[in-house]
Amino acid sequence: MTYIRPKFRHPDLPKNDLGYTTREYEGSLSTLCAGCGHDSISGSILQACFELSIPPHRIAKLSGIGCSSKTPTYFLGNSHGFNSVHGRMPSVATGANMANRDLIYMGVSGDGDTASIGMGQFVHVIRRNLNMVYIVMNNGCYGLTKGQDSATADAGSKSKAGSVNPFQPIDLAGLALELGAGFVAQSFSGDKEQLVPLIKAAVSHPGFAFINVISPCVTFNNNPGSTKSYDYVREHIEATGKTDLVPEKSEILASYESGTGTEVMLHDGTFIKLEKLAVNRDPFNRMEAMNALRNARNRNEILTGLLYIETETEDLHHTINSADRPLNSLEEEDLCPGSAVLAEINEDLR
Amino acid sequence: MKPTDTKNPEYFHKVVDCQYACPAHTPVPEYIRLISAGKYTEAYMINWESNVFPGVLGRTCDRPCEPACRRGRIEEEPVAICRLKRVAADNKDDVRAFMPGVPSEMNGKRIALIGGGPASLTVARDLAPLGYEIHLYDEHAAGGGMMRSQIPSFRLPDDVLNEEVGYILDMGIHTHFNTYVSSMIEILEKGYDAVFVGTGAPRGRDLILPGREEAGKNVHVGIEWLASVAFEHTHKIGKKVIVLGGGNTAMDCCRTSRRLGGEEVKVVVRSPFAEMKASPWEIEDAMHEDIPIFENHVPKTYVIENGKLVGMTFEKVKAVYDEQGKRSLVPSGEPEVFIEADDVLVAVGQQNSFPWIEKDTGVDFDQWGMPLVDSLTHQSTNQRVFFGGDAAFGPKNVITAVAHGHQAAISIDLYCRGEALTARPAPFTNLVSKKMGIHEWSYDNDVVNDQRFIVPQAEKKAALSDRKLEVELGFDIQTAIKEAHRCLNCDVQTVFEKDKCIECDACVDICPTSCITFTANGEEDDLRTRLKAPALNITQDLYVSDTLPTQRVMVKDEDVCLHCGLCAERCPTSAWDMQQYLYKVTKAG
Repeated sequence: MTYIRPKFRHPDLPKNDLGYTTREYEGSLSTLCAGCGHDSISGSILQACFELSIPPHRIAKLSGIGCSSKTPTYFLGNSHGFNSVHGRMPSVATGANMANRDLIYMGVSGDGDTASIGMGQFVHVIRRNLNMVYIVMNNGCYGLTKGQDSATADAGSKSKAGSVNPFQPIDLAGLALELGAGFVAQSFSGDKEQLVPLIKAAVSHPGFAFINVISPCVTFNNNPGSTKSYDYVREHIEATGKTDLVPEKSEILASYESGTGTEVMLHDGTFIKLEKLAVNRDPFNRMEAMNALRNARNRNEILTGLLYIETETEDLHHTINSADRPLNSLEEEDLCPGSAVLAEINEDLR
Repeated sequence: MKPTDTKNPEYFHKVVDCQYACPAHTPVPEYIRLISAGKYTEAYMINWESNVFPGVLGRTCDRPCEPACRRGRIEEEPVAICRLKRVAADNKDDVRAFMPGVPSEMNGKRIALIGGGPASLTVARDLAPLGYEIHLYDEHAAGGGMMRSQIPSFRLPDDVLNEEVGYILDMGIHTHFNTYVSSMIEILEKGYDAVFVGTGAPRGRDLILPGREEAGKNVHVGIEWLASVAFEHTHKIGKKVIVLGGGNTAMDCCRTSRRLGGEEVKVVVRSPFAEMKASPWEIEDAMHEDIPIFENHVPKTYVIENGKLVGMTFEKVKAVYDEQGKRSLVPSGEPEVFIEADDVLVAVGQQNSFPWIEKDTGVDFDQWGMPLVDSLTHQSTNQRVFFGGDAAFGPKNVITAVAHGHQAAISIDLYCRGEALTARPAPFTNLVSKKMGIHEWSYDNDVVNDQRFIVPQAEKKAALSDRKLEVELGFDIQTAIKEAHRCLNCDVQTVFEKDKCIECDACVDICPTSCITFTANGEEDDLRTRLKAPALNITQDLYVSDTLPTQRVMVKDEDVCLHCGLCAERCPTSAWDMQQYLYKVTKAG
């Protein structure tokens, strides 16, 4: 087994606006099983951050426990990271975000970490609309403990050992829609062309952005009869349409054929371009997104792509009216503004 | 693009850049691995089978393999392939037991080899074990040809040359040394079943300018002078020496002059420095021995005072290039330059010369006096006469002569057996997996970061005082093993089996040099722009699979693949495998 990646890179690697190649966004060599879907998602996160030209030091990666939560070691090696307690990633993310709103928070979790032990945390972080990207690497099983069914395993899905799961799954994307998340998407680890633009859009979304990514466990859940295998997912996937993130300054209108898509303007002037939407799909209608998701499930299909987006959103800082600047940049005079200000406050209370 | 046909023996051969570039196609990575395992004898024999003179070539080869080396595309310098070959030669045990024997019963065919250089010796090596009776003619007292007469002893010690020439002559070769063949008709009349001409390019060009006649014996033709030094006829030269010419012969002339009493030795070339024909390392070694090189100087006259050569005048020029990139040397207008000299060595080119082949031998020549020789079979217009080495297509180098010798030997063998010369034997190939366990390979797949190691040299003062003291000392074993580890094992191929692939992208994510892409198929020009990193080096192939279930194809750009095996390690279904490809040029018989 090779634990060290050779240091040599392709001499003609493309560079982004910062002059960096993908090398500056790499992490250490993965220790997950060969062919794990999670590694592809790591690759997509790396690619999205590279394409967005985000300085690596502006990103904080957060995770809980599990195969999925190991992955932050394997991407963005030059970024901040916090590997927290099982299911408690949202709490740590909340604390970090409250202290420093200038960083981009990239939360990575798994189906066990989110849908079982961390469910309480998950629903509350949605409810509070914390400005972060929350990616679930969803393989429907507990890979670290030899593949027991997780809470997202579909009813009727067969495990590697042959037992059939009798329980209904928790639909994380449906739950996020129900709880009022402002950005909900679903994707597949084996479809980088779809996943990379979704991650870019999620990073650009100024509130809680959730992506549920089906990620086959090659070792324990890639067998015939499993509904989270590479083959099953590829056969049952139904895309809502092609998503692309268009940077602010590029001219998109010329090449944009009217009537074939929808563009969504984000707070920073970036556009999300949605092409070839399926008939009757409206990404701004929460009810409609919930129905589409439910209908697809009834047809045994997996609906992928951007399911729902809210263009006007207020994140937690806005709601609780917290400081505009990171706490570590507040000086003594900001924190102790002096007796004149105190007198003013006291006056207000009289 | 169509799926790559890996069954074509040349596809994977081309991936092994060094072996592909070598005229004799020596399996380079295979012997480098043996060196790093301390198996010098085995490494030597792999070389010997392919290039016949590992000890000689490990010191003097033109190294076409090194500019081709993949390592040179991912970092500064290629692997020191040539000097590793020398390590195998220097550290081997007695190899005589591994040499092919001569059959007790000969096949009754007699072959004449004219000239005792590398091409002829290779023919002898290939044919003697098959039972041919070989007669080798050379005008000098010992075999080796230009390896003896033109390569100075401080680059190639006599005992190294004697040993490797000896291995061949000991195969019962009938040698006719000190015998200048002056008539092809005479040879043909002796009834040989085939005649091989490996007489090299024996005539050095003189430079006739005003004063040449008066300068007389103080102007020497480079290769003749080197031969006369090698055979101990010449022992000294004047204190001030001008060497004209920018090729390897010029470098050997100037360095030999330094050892024969030349104190102020200057090399003067017509062209710009950057366009000199000599190998960069030869130029470096000459400059290290305090020999300045004057560029853009065109010789005008030999200057004679009191009937004796005192120097030469030169016109200064500059290189001008036309739209086709063709160079012309235009006078720069600067005043003429005078350089003092007691002796001048002229090394401005070599010519072929066949005064001994009569007009009615059936061997036809072209308008430039070169024999008409088939480039594949080496047969001349007289079916019985074959040419190889510099004699066939003009001056090249030792390794090319060896390659010619192998091919000529195949032709002579086919000819003597009455078979068609065009029915060349296919190369020997073998592709075998290096898998030892789920994540283990039976080759060292770690890519080391070491820069190229420098070969130590003898102390300059000592080297300059002894013509026979070898300048390069060769790698010590520790350094050799480190240098050997720089080899990327390009012969361990990344073999892709489309039917096993589940398109999980693990190989794409892990590949350190971004070689692998899964994408929609297209024309090659288009595909090259759509890969993870653009495939700009069009001399390197794209490895394309058949269409996968998602209607995409796997495309691998061979250009900067490190052969680290990570794609195969991260592949859950073994769709990628690391397999060693052995390619050997089939020899006569």
